[in-house]
Amino acid sequence: MTASPMIDVDRLRVSFGDKEVVKGVSFRVPAGECFGLVGESGSGKSTVLRALSGLNGAWSGRIAVAGAEVGPKRHRAFFRKVQMVFQDPYGSLHPRQTIDRILSEPLLVHGLGDVERRVAATLAEVALPAAVRFRFPHQLSGGQRQRVAIARALIAEPEVLLLDEPTSALDVSVQAEILNLLADLRRQRRLTYVLVSHNLAVVAHLCARIGVMLGGEMVEELSAEDLRAGRAQHPHTRELRTLSVGLEEV
Amino acid sequence: MSVAFTRDWLLAETPASRAQAAWGRRYRAWLGLRANPLAMIGLAVVVAFVLLALAASLLATHDPGAQDLANRLARPSAAHWLGTDELGRDIYSRILHGGRVTLGMVIAVVVLVAPLGLAVGCVAGYFGGLVDRVLMRVTDVFLAFPRLILALAFVAALKPGVESAILAIALTAWPPYARLARAETMTVRNSDFIAACRLTGAAPARIVLRHVAPLCVPSLVVRITLDMSSIIITAASLGFLGMGAQPPSPEWGAMIATAKRFIFEQWWVPTGPGIAIMLASLAFNFLGDGLRDVLDPKQR
Amino acid sequence: MLVDIADLRVTFATRTGTFEAVRGVSMRIGTEKLGIVGESGSGKSLTARSLMRLLPANARLSAERLTFDGIDVLNADERTMRTIRGRRAGFILQDPKYSLNPVMTIGRQVAEAWRTHKGGGRREAEEAAADLLDQVRIRDPRHVMGLYPHEVSGGMGQRVMIAMMLAPDPELLIADEPTSALDATVQAEILRLMEDLVTRRGMGLILISHDLPLVSHFCDRVAVMYAGRVVETLAAGELARARHPYTRGLLDCLPSLTHPRERLPVLARDAAWLQP
Ligand SMILES: Nc1ncnc2c1ncn2[C@@H]1O[C@H](COP(=O)(O)OP(=O)(O)OP(=O)(O)O)[C@@H](O)[C@H]1O
Ligand SMILES: Nc1ncnc2c1ncn2[C@@H]1O[C@H](COP(=O)(O)OP(=O)(O)OP(=O)(O)O)[C@@H](O)[C@H]1O
Ligand SMILES: [Mg+2]
Ligand SMILES: [Mg+2]
Repeated sequence: MTASPMIDVDRLRVSFGDKEVVKGVSFRVPAGECFGLVGESGSGKSTVLRALSGLNGAWSGRIAVAGAEVGPKRHRAFFRKVQMVFQDPYGSLHPRQTIDRILSEPLLVHGLGDVERRVAATLAEVALPAAVRFRFPHQLSGGQRQRVAIARALIAEPEVLLLDEPTSALDVSVQAEILNLLADLRRQRRLTYVLVSHNLAVVAHLCARIGVMLGGEMVEELSAEDLRAGRAQHPHTRELRTLSVGLEEV
Repeated sequence: MSVAFTRDWLLAETPASRAQAAWGRRYRAWLGLRANPLAMIGLAVVVAFVLLALAASLLATHDPGAQDLANRLARPSAAHWLGTDELGRDIYSRILHGGRVTLGMVIAVVVLVAPLGLAVGCVAGYFGGLVDRVLMRVTDVFLAFPRLILALAFVAALKPGVESAILAIALTAWPPYARLARAETMTVRNSDFIAACRLTGAAPARIVLRHVAPLCVPSLVVRITLDMSSIIITAASLGFLGMGAQPPSPEWGAMIATAKRFIFEQWWVPTGPGIAIMLASLAFNFLGDGLRDVLDPKQR
Repeated sequence: MLVDIADLRVTFATRTGTFEAVRGVSMRIGTEKLGIVGESGSGKSLTARSLMRLLPANARLSAERLTFDGIDVLNADERTMRTIRGRRAGFILQDPKYSLNPVMTIGRQVAEAWRTHKGGGRREAEEAAADLLDQVRIRDPRHVMGLYPHEVSGGMGQRVMIAMMLAPDPELLIADEPTSALDATVQAEILRLMEDLVTRRGMGLILISHDLPLVSHFCDRVAVMYAGRVVETLAAGELARARHPYTRGLLDCLPSLTHPRERLPVLARDAAWLQP
C-alpha cells in the first residue's frame, strides 16, 4: 500500500446500552477497491456501516476517511464524500416524494446547481428510464427502487459508497443487473466500496478482499481467491463456504 | 412556455417538466376528490357557507342587531323567514351574519392550532430524549385542564372578545394534535428513508420540516375536521359565559345557548343555528375524509 | 389435496385499462413442500395472497377452482376466512420490517400473536414467545424481546416474523421470501426448522423465493413463474434438466463462488415466453 487508504477503521467498538455489538473491528480499504463484509445475521455488519457513515455516533476507536480522521459528528462535506445504500429498497425511499424530489434533495442540501441536468444524467447512469422521474416509489418495482437508491447515493458525486445488502431483496436477474452496474460505476468513477452481504458469491464477485464477522468481531480477513479456493482458516468461514458451494451444485 | 392546461397535458404518464408533474398531481388529486361524492357534498356546503357569510349584508333581510320587542319569538313568516328571537331580532339575518363570526373563528383557530401542534409533535417525536420529555410535559399540562376552564382563565386574563376567544381556544386545542403528530413521527423517525435524509447532510430542521412533517399532515387534517364541531361548541360556551363574541354581534353557538330556554315552546329559535352548526361540522368532516384519501399518494 | 387452484386470475383496474397480473395459474398442493420462483413482478405474492383472499382493494380475483382443505375460498364468508388466515394457514409476509409495528417491542408482538390463537395469560405468552424466538435461532431471546423493530438486524426481523407465524401451529405455511436477508448458516437452520414442521406435523409449505438453487434443494417441487403464468414445473433436483429458456436464464445469472466471471449475463426476455 503506497498512499494512505481511503478507509481506515481501527478497533471500532459500538455498544447499545450495555450490550456491545461491535467488539474491536479493524480494516483498511485502498482507494478504488471494494471490501466485502460477510457473516452471521446479527453479527454487527450493518452497525459497522452505520458507524462509518455517521448515522450512529456512539462508537469508539478510530475511523479515518481519505486520510482524515473523523469523529462522531460529521461535517456536511463528509456526506459529499461518503454515501450509503440501504438493505431494504422498500423502506429507504420517502413514500410521499417523487423520484425527482428524492434525487434533487442532496443537490439542494449541498447547494449544487444544475439540478435539472444532474438528475437526468444520474437516472440515465443507473439505467432508469426518464419516465420514472416523476413517479412515486410505490409505483416502481423493487429493482427500480434500488436503482433509485443507488442514484441518490451517487448524485452528489461521492468517493466512497457503503452498500448494505444492496441486492438481497431483489430477484436474481435484477441482482445481476445491479452487480454489473456497481462494477461499471466503480471502474468509471474510481469509487471505493464497502459491501455488506450474506451471500458469499455476491461478495466474492465484486470484492477483492473480504472480512468475515461473527458475534461482533472480525474473525478472518482473506482475499476472494483464497475464499474461492477454500483456503479459509476460521471454522465459521469454512462453514459459510461449504453451505454456499453446496447450494451451487445443482 | 405556452402550455395549455389541457386534460392530456395534465394526465400525461411521462411529464416533461417538474411543473407539469406537479400540476398533473394536483389535477389527479382533484379528480380523486371529485370521484368521492361525500367529499364533494362537503366541499359544496363549505363553499356555500363561506359565500353566504361573505355576502351576508346583501342577503340579509334585516339588520341582525335591530330589536323589535313587540315582535319577540315570532314564528317563521314571510317577514321573518326563520322567525325572531327573544329580542325580536330576525334569526335568518343573524345566522347569515353569525356565519362570519363563527366560521371566521373556526378558521382562525385551525390556522393557529394546526401548525403549532404539528411543530411541537414533530420536534418532540423526532428528537426524542429531553426535548421530547419537556415538550410532552407541557402538552400534558394543557391537556390536564378542562378545556373550557382553561379557555375561561385565558379570556379573563385578556379582555373578552372574539380575538381573545380565538386565542384561548387555540391554546387549549393544540395538545391532541401535538400528541398525534408525535405518534406519527415516532413511527417514521427510525426508518431508513429518514436515515437516508440524514446522510445527505441535511440539518435537523430541514428534515423535520420537509420530510417528517408532511407525513403527519393527512391524519392531522382528519382529526381537525372531526374537531370542528367541538371548536364551535367551545366558542359558543365562551360566548354564553360572556367571554366570547360580545352581544349584540351574532354567533351561532351563542345563539343556541341563549335560545336553549325556548326549545320546547319556540323550537324555531334554536333550530336555525343548530342546523347551521350541524351542516358545517358534517361538511367539514366529509371534506376532511376525502382530503385524507387524496393527500396520500399511496392509495392502494 | 390441501390446496387446489385452477385457472387463477388476478386483474387490476388501472386508468389505462385492465392489467392482468396473474394469468391462469393452476396448481395442487398436498402435505409437501412446493417452491414458487420467478422474477420480481411475476405474480408470486399475488398467487399466494389470493389463497388467503388478502388482495389489494383494487384487485379482482377469479378462478375456476380455489379451495383450501375443501373450503371454497372464492365464496367463503369473512368468518371462515378469518379462521383460515393465521390459524389454519400461516403467512410469512415479504418485507418483515414493514410488517412489524415500529412502536411495539418484539416480545410483545410475538406474545400477542401467540395469545390471539392460544389464549392464556401474559406470563405464559411471554414464556412461549421466548421459546419461539429461540426456535428460530435468535441468540439471547430475552434481550431481543425488549428491543423495538428498528433495533434488530435485518435477518433478525425476518426471523421474528417467522416465529410469529409458527405460533398457531398452522396446517399450511406460506413463506414469501422468508430467508432473503439471512446468511447461509441461519438460512440453513430456518429451512431445517420448516422441514421439521412439515414432516412432523404433516404440514403443507409454499416457499416463495427468487433463489432457484435454494428452492430446488429444499422443496419437493418447484413451479417457475413468468409474467403471471407458470412456465415450468420441476421435480426437486431436476433443475439441471430445466428446459424453459427463462429458467435457464435465471440459473445463469447467479454469481458463483466456484466459477468466477468478469460480468454476469443478464436475462434477455423473449416475447414468445408470454404465450402459453
Ligand atoms: N438501535 C439499536 N439498539 C439496540 N440494539 C441494536 C440497535 N441496532 C442494532 N442492534 C443490535 O446489534 C446487533 C447487530 O446488528 P446489525 O444490524 O449490525 O447486524 P447485521 O450483521 O447487519 O445482521 P443482518 O445480516 O441480519 O442484517 C444485533 O444484535 C442488534 O439487535
Ligand atoms: N395494488 C396493486 N395495484 C396494481 N398492480 C399491482 C398491485 N399489486 C401488485 N401489482 C402488480 O402485480 C404484479 C405481480 O405482483 P406480485 O407482488 O405478485 O409480484 P412478485 O412475483 O411477488 O414479485 P416480488 O418478487 O417483487 O415480490 C406486479 O406487476 C405488480 O406491479
Ligand atoms: Mg444488516
Ligand atoms: Mg412478492
